[in-house]
Amino acid sequence: MPDEEKKPCEGCSRRLFTRIGVGSIAVAGVGSAVFGYEFLSPNVLYEPSPIVDAGKPDKYPPDSVTPDLQSGLYIVHGPQGIYTLSAVCTHLGCLTAWKPELGIIACPCHGSKFRTDGTKIEGPAPRPLQWLKTSLGDDGNLLIDRSEPLDHKQFVRI
Amino acid sequence: MPGLAEGLAGVRNSRVWRSVFRSGSGDSNLHRSLAVQQNVFLHLASVKVRRRALDFSVTWYLGTLSLGCFFILVVTGILLMLYYHPSVPQAYADMKDMQFVVSAGVFLRNLHRWSAHAMVLLVFAHMFRVFYRGAYRPPREFNWVIGVVLLMVTLFLSYTGYLLPWDQLAFWAITVGSNILSAVPVLGAKIRFLILGGHTVNANALLRFYVLHCLILPVIAVFFLAIHFWRIRKDGGLHIGAEAGDKTDE
Repeated sequence: MPDEEKKPCEGCSRRLFTRIGVGSIAVAGVGSAVFGYEFLSPNVLYEPSPIVDAGKPDKYPPDSVTPDLQSGLYIVHGPQGIYTLSAVCTHLGCLTAWKPELGIIACPCHGSKFRTDGTKIEGPAPRPLQWLKTSLGDDGNLLIDRSEPLDHKQFVRI
Repeated sequence: MPGLAEGLAGVRNSRVWRSVFRSGSGDSNLHRSLAVQQNVFLHLASVKVRRRALDFSVTWYLGTLSLGCFFILVVTGILLMLYYHPSVPQAYADMKDMQFVVSAGVFLRNLHRWSAHAMVLLVFAHMFRVFYRGAYRPPREFNWVIGVVLLMVTLFLSYTGYLLPWDQLAFWAITVGSNILSAVPVLGAKIRFLILGGHTVNANALLRFYVLHCLILPVIAVFFLAIHFWRIRKDGGLHIGAEAGDKTDE
């Protein structure tokens, strides 16, 4: 081009242009990352409450196991009182099934078997079934908090 | 920085790089041409353009700005899809959540909406510009036809997106629009029935418009956009006007 080499402005240089350009892209990149993380993290979840109202305790006769598969748990009334086991297998998260004819809890996915206190009989499950915090509410109903796993045994006696 | 330049040339001549980008390093005209021609994305564009064709006064950049709007719409649209269920009445609640609950949701929704309006405007302006400059004339007459198809796709995208908020405005706009559609002779009522998936604007219509808006129409748009840009090169580059073309041809 014959008519090029028109200097666009005084004090402009390729280095300044690069510096401003790279700086702007860096700021935009960090901003986009923060923006994207904030956007992708839901601020409100429409998930069911972790607390399950299991009704009056006398619904559960002694020596009974009552599955509530909708909530993923078993309400067990044993000799020491009422307690709740999570029905989610500790192996890979399948929902286990109560086998009343055998008196055990069995996982259909990989064959783990558990006693009614959650301890393992056989199979690949690494831990016993999780005990869940169970308490009596003000209205006398059993309340089970699925978000509070227990590291010890705890019974509701009535 | 000779060290850096040599290092980059080494990378570009390496076996791995050459297996992806065949043309390797080198700044001869042949190398530069091959770098463009052998790239599936770049080959749509010309290897060389006339300097005059890059001037604002030639095109007012209306086509490029339309494409820019389209990119914004694709990106914001995909993000909006992450929080949107095309079901009744969940769609309305999702739209409201997007405005009031989701971080930066109102920004993305408004960006999508304003870009959509801007794209319709810019596509019309682009067509007027092409028309009044005579850029539709041979050898570019087929690209004008592609452009008309793209105008239609843009309008259909705008129309189908209008239903998705599932508010009163959306519902009645699509009711009115689909009734206009039924004025087509003989087949009108049938077309309306097929577009809506029913006799009224309902859950089926929402789902059909969602699929059209998010999948079918964008795919058609990308398909015709690729032809549109490729034809610019095949038809001899951007139309720059007879009076300017002769003296600035490089």
